[in-house]
Order: sequence, then structure tokens, then C-alpha cells
Amino acid sequence: MTEKIMEGSIAVAHAVARCSPDVVAAFPITPSTHIPQELSRIQPEYGFEFVPVEAEFSAISAVFGASAAGGRAFTATSSQGLLLMHEVLFAASGTRLPMVMVVANRAISAPLSIWNDWQDSISQRDAGWIQLYCKNSQETVDATIQAFKITEEARIPVMVCFDGFYLTHEISPIDVPEKKEIDAYAPKGKRDSLDVGDPKSFGCYATPAYYQDMKKEQDDALFASAGIIEKHAGKFAEKFGRPQFAFIEEYKNDKDAAIISMGSLAEEAELVADEGLAGVVRVKCFRPFPRDALKKALQGKKRVVILEKDVSFGLGGALATEVKSLLFEAGLAPEVTSIICGLGGKDVSVKNIKEALQEKGSAWM
Amino acid sequence: MTELFLKGHRACAGCGSVLALRYVLEALGKDVIVVNATGCMEIISSQYPESNWGVPYVHCLFENTASVATGVSRALKHLDKEGTVVVIGGDGASYDIGFGAVSGAMERNEDILYVCYDNEAYANTGLQRSGATPFGSATTTTPSEMGGKGEWKKNLTFIAAAHAVPYAAAASVAFLPDLQAKLKKAKQKKGFRLVNVHAPCTVGWKINPVKAVEVARKAVECGLWNLFEIDDGKFKLSRPVGEAPVAEYLKMQGRFKHLTPKQVETIEEHARSVKPELEKLEKANVNFQRFL
Ligand SMILES: Cc1ncc(C[n+]2csc(CCOP(=O)(O)OP(=O)(O)O)c2C)c(N)n1
Ligand SMILES: [Mg+2]
Repeated sequence: MTEKIMEGSIAVAHAVARCSPDVVAAFPITPSTHIPQELSRIQPEYGFEFVPVEAEFSAISAVFGASAAGGRAFTATSSQGLLLMHEVLFAASGTRLPMVMVVANRAISAPLSIWNDWQDSISQRDAGWIQLYCKNSQETVDATIQAFKITEEARIPVMVCFDGFYLTHEISPIDVPEKKEIDAYAPKGKRDSLDVGDPKSFGCYATPAYYQDMKKEQDDALFASAGIIEKHAGKFAEKFGRPQFAFIEEYKNDKDAAIISMGSLAEEAELVADEGLAGVVRVKCFRPFPRDALKKALQGKKRVVILEKDVSFGLGGALATEVKSLLFEAGLAPEVTSIICGLGGKDVSVKNIKEALQEKGSAWM
Repeated sequence: MTELFLKGHRACAGCGSVLALRYVLEALGKDVIVVNATGCMEIISSQYPESNWGVPYVHCLFENTASVATGVSRALKHLDKEGTVVVIGGDGASYDIGFGAVSGAMERNEDILYVCYDNEAYANTGLQRSGATPFGSATTTTPSEMGGKGEWKKNLTFIAAAHAVPYAAAASVAFLPDLQAKLKKAKQKKGFRLVNVHAPCTVGWKINPVKAVEVARKAVECGLWNLFEIDDGKFKLSRPVGEAPVAEYLKMQGRFKHLTPKQVETIEEHARSVKPELEKLEKANVNFQRFL
């Protein structure tokens, strides 16, 4: 393991290149842009096909095509770019094609904002992708490498999310494993693909006699991917000597109160935990939603405070909604506070998080 | 004929686009991978668990076929796999909703053979107007009550040429040897190639199903659909521009039934003005690849 001081996006780009993709297709959008830029710069060294397409809709479509042809394919985007891909996300998961996308989380227009929140990827939560939210750049690098293994085994696309600017542009010591180590961890397998020697049809349409069964199969596969996610986190930790959190991370979670959050915001909440005010339960895997792990982590809690940078308009925070449904299912009844914060880059300080612990019901801060 | 588009498809009787498809696949042979846009040719051929495709086939969406094909083509290259990547897209997919992706793939000169079957409407959704619907034609969104479509048809083949692609050609299901020769020539080339095939929709054009080929031939004979190629930037007519009166073509089709004599005259004038222009273009030996 050799740590180098580098920018989060640059580290992710190198991790992707060392995963030996066949095709990378992307379109620039802040704050994800440094990832494809760096990939284009190092492309001659690695030799993958780099396609600087004319729109994100085409980036994810080219990734779809590359995957259907049997290739390992990658893209990265943010915000409007991810929303532009929306229709293709469903086609990709429904066609059960493996692919990896890194999302540098950013707010959604209007009003236009280039700054961080999670509205972009949370809005894609029902697209049938695995969604991982990382707390720092090292975890993003590690999750991206695991994502290629997960997607190829589960045949479900994987979205690895990390916070725009806070992480994409943060410079910190990061270890990006060497290509030959990754080759050993994530070798490419064979799968059904477009092949002139074995003509098959992909993407056929379904009548009511088949459609729902196919969707059920897809949903079952997304639930079952939990086992695959866990397995590859374990193998990764073993091979690279870095502990991995497959679904959730508990930090000093031995108090009556727990803060539940995701991404770098959860890492910030650890500072509040350090003062002994509450434990932190960080949701890393948002889809499939880690019901079992969370039920265990929330046993006996008197109070749960959910902090999130997204909103389902007319309802509340998306994470809070999931947590409340899970608490009900588990027969747990802590006092629940739902806080929507940090939208469009609004600062969330340690002081704010402490104030959140005093709130009742739901609030914006 | 070795059929690679297999029997048992669900197309309407006399479908011009299916005719095109059969001859396209026959000309191209087995070593192709088809990327198909949502539209009639998809819906009539790929109802799970059946498929009419004797070659590898993938369908994704309506408007991203050029980009999916880009990904297929790049992956084949990197994986050192065989196969010419062939897009089959309708006029809606190609002229309209997917046009940005088509233009991007042309500009990058992706190694794709793009076949557009132009049936001059969004047939699959019930025959609405498209950018390829001709002037005067009634569609379900330009009904005869409105006088039909008020705008002229886009010329996708010339738009392709303006991207300086290696090959762009206009063909017709009424001239199958010409269509197949163009496809065979295109297959030998690398980069983005377009073959734009005029293909009657018997339901949409309101024609007798046995007359599809006759109607397609008349379109060429009266100069409303012209057969040509732009090969490495050089324009060449595949046959002399037709001079038959357009009324002969229009009166064969219910979609033009409502036209006033004035509208017919406008179309006639338009058709007559095309011939000298295309002839000048051919004689001038202009190189489209030098415009950029
Ligand atoms: C984004 C999107 N909008 C609309 C549709 C509905 N739709 C499906 S096929 C089609 C028209 C296809 O027209 P064309 O490409 O000309 O093919 P044709 O049906 O004539 O074969 C439309 C509008 C869709 N599938 N996707
Ligand atoms: Mg059409």
C-alpha cells in the first residue's frame, strides 16, 4: 500500500484505468469533469477506448452498447448529466447489463447550482441500480474497484457516489492499488454478449405475460446483490488490507441517540459523536437498502436523527422515509427527527449538527 | 436468398420497411451486429421470447441508437471481436429525436453502418408527422383538415454529407439491386456510413398493400425521392432524376387525397427545380469533404 497526496477525482480516474475498462465514454460536467479529463490523459498508457461523446445521454448509451458487446465499460457524471441519463439507466438495469458509473454528487437546477447535495443520485434511486455513497476519496477508489466485480457478478449496474467538491476536489493521501493487483482481484470473465458466432437478441420487449415476471426477477437480483456486495468487500479487504464497510458503518454507536446520514456528511457527524452526544450510523449502500444491518444498528435507540442533502418534494427526506419504514417494519419506535440540510452547497457545520440533535419532527437547516 | 431476417414477423402486409430489412441483411451477410431503435421494425421482430433476427441484435431505446452502436463498435475494436455494426433506425429515430446522437457519431466518424428506413412518419405510434414527412402529407398530427404538413422534408443524406462522412447514400425499396450495391460498397468502408432507404408504409401512406413497391418507384420516377451517393465527398446520381408529373405519385396515396390543385402545383414546381440543381452538383464535381 502506497499512499500519495492526490485529488479525489484523479485517484478515481486512475483506479478506473487500472480496472482495465474496454470503453470509457463521458461528457464534462462540474464537479465530475476531472475524472474523464484525467482518463483521457492517461488513455495512451492504458489503451482503453475513450469516447468523448456529445452528451451524457450518449455517454451512458455508449456504455450500454459496450457492455452489450461484452466489454467492461465506465462513465462518470453529475447533476444535470445524470438526469439526462435517466431513461437509459432503466434500460441498462432492465437489460441486466454490467457497468460502473461514478457520480460526483451535485445539486439540480433550477435554480442552477454547481455545489454539492445528493438530489441527483437520490432522484435515480428507483432506476434499479446498486447505489453506494462514499465518505471519502479512499473509500470511493475502493468502492469503484469493487463495483466492477459486483456489477459483473450481479448483472446490475453500479453507481458509486461521492460528494462533489468536498471529495472530488479534496486533496488527501490516497492509495490506488496497482494494475496487476487489481487484475488479480478483478479479472474479466466471459458472459453472453453480441457475437457474430452466436447470434442472440438483447433488449426484446415483453407482453403482459412476461413483463412483471422480468421485473420481479430484476428486483430479486437487486436484493440478492447484497450477498455479492458483501463478498467482494470482504475479498477486497483481505487482498488490499483495508477494512471495508459493505452496507453501513457504525461509529461510537453505543448511545441512546443515533445520527443517520451518508457520504462525507456522516464523516463530519463523527466529530459530534466524538463529543459523546450521539452515535453515527452511516448508510453506505442505499440500494439495495440495508434493512437487516440497519435494524440491528438501531435496536434500543431512543432517538434517531436523520441528516440528508436531498428532498422528495411534498414528502420529506428520502433517507428519512426509508428509515421510518424500516423502523415500523422492525417494531422499533424511537423518536425520529428528519433534517434536510446542505442543499446546493449550504454549509453544514458541526454546530449545525449539534443543533439538529435538539430539533423535533422534521426541519430544514 | 439467404434470409437473415426470419419469417413470422408481425409487420403489416406489404410493409416497405420489412422489405428493406430483408434485402439489407441479405446484402450485408452474417457478420453484422444490429443495433435497432424503438419503432416498427423493433416491435414487429422482437417480442420476447421470439426474435426474427438471424444475426446478433440489440435494442435499447428510441433516441440513442447511434450512441449504443458507438459503444458496441468501440468495444468490438478493443476486444478484437468481428462484426460490422449496423444501425436500423426509422426516420423518427434518425431525423428527429435521435438526431443529436447521429450527428455526434458522424462527427466522430464512428465505425458504424447506419441504415435509416424512411417511411416518412412515426408509424409505430400511429402515424404522426416527422421531420421526414413530405410537404402536404396528411398525418395524424398534420391532418387533412389542416391541409397536411406545411413544411418540406429534411434531407438527412445531405446532412450526413455535411459531416464529411466517408459514405452517404439515398436508396429505395423499389430499386433493390441499387440498394444492395450501396450497402455492399458501404460495408467495405470504415467510419460512419449512412444508407437512407425510402420505404412506403402502406397504412400511413394509405396505399393498397400490393402497391408499396410501385409507389416507391413512382417517388423516384417523379423526382421526389432521388437515388444518389456521396462517396468520399463526391456526389453521384445513381440514375437520372425522374421527370414524371408528381400528380401520378400523389394520387396513388390517400395521405395526399386532400391536396388542392395549388398544393399539387407547388409540389410539382419543387420537384422540377430539383433536377437541374442535382445535375449541376454532379457536374461541378464538388467535394463535400472539403467544406470543413
Ligand atoms: C422518448 C420516447 N418518446 C416517444 C416514444 C414513443 N415512440 C415509439 S416509436 C415512435 C416513433 C418511431 O418512428 P420512426 O423512428 O419513424 O419509426 P417507425 O415507427 O416509423 O418504424 C415513438 C414516437 C418512445 N418510445 N420514446
Ligand atoms: Mg418512420
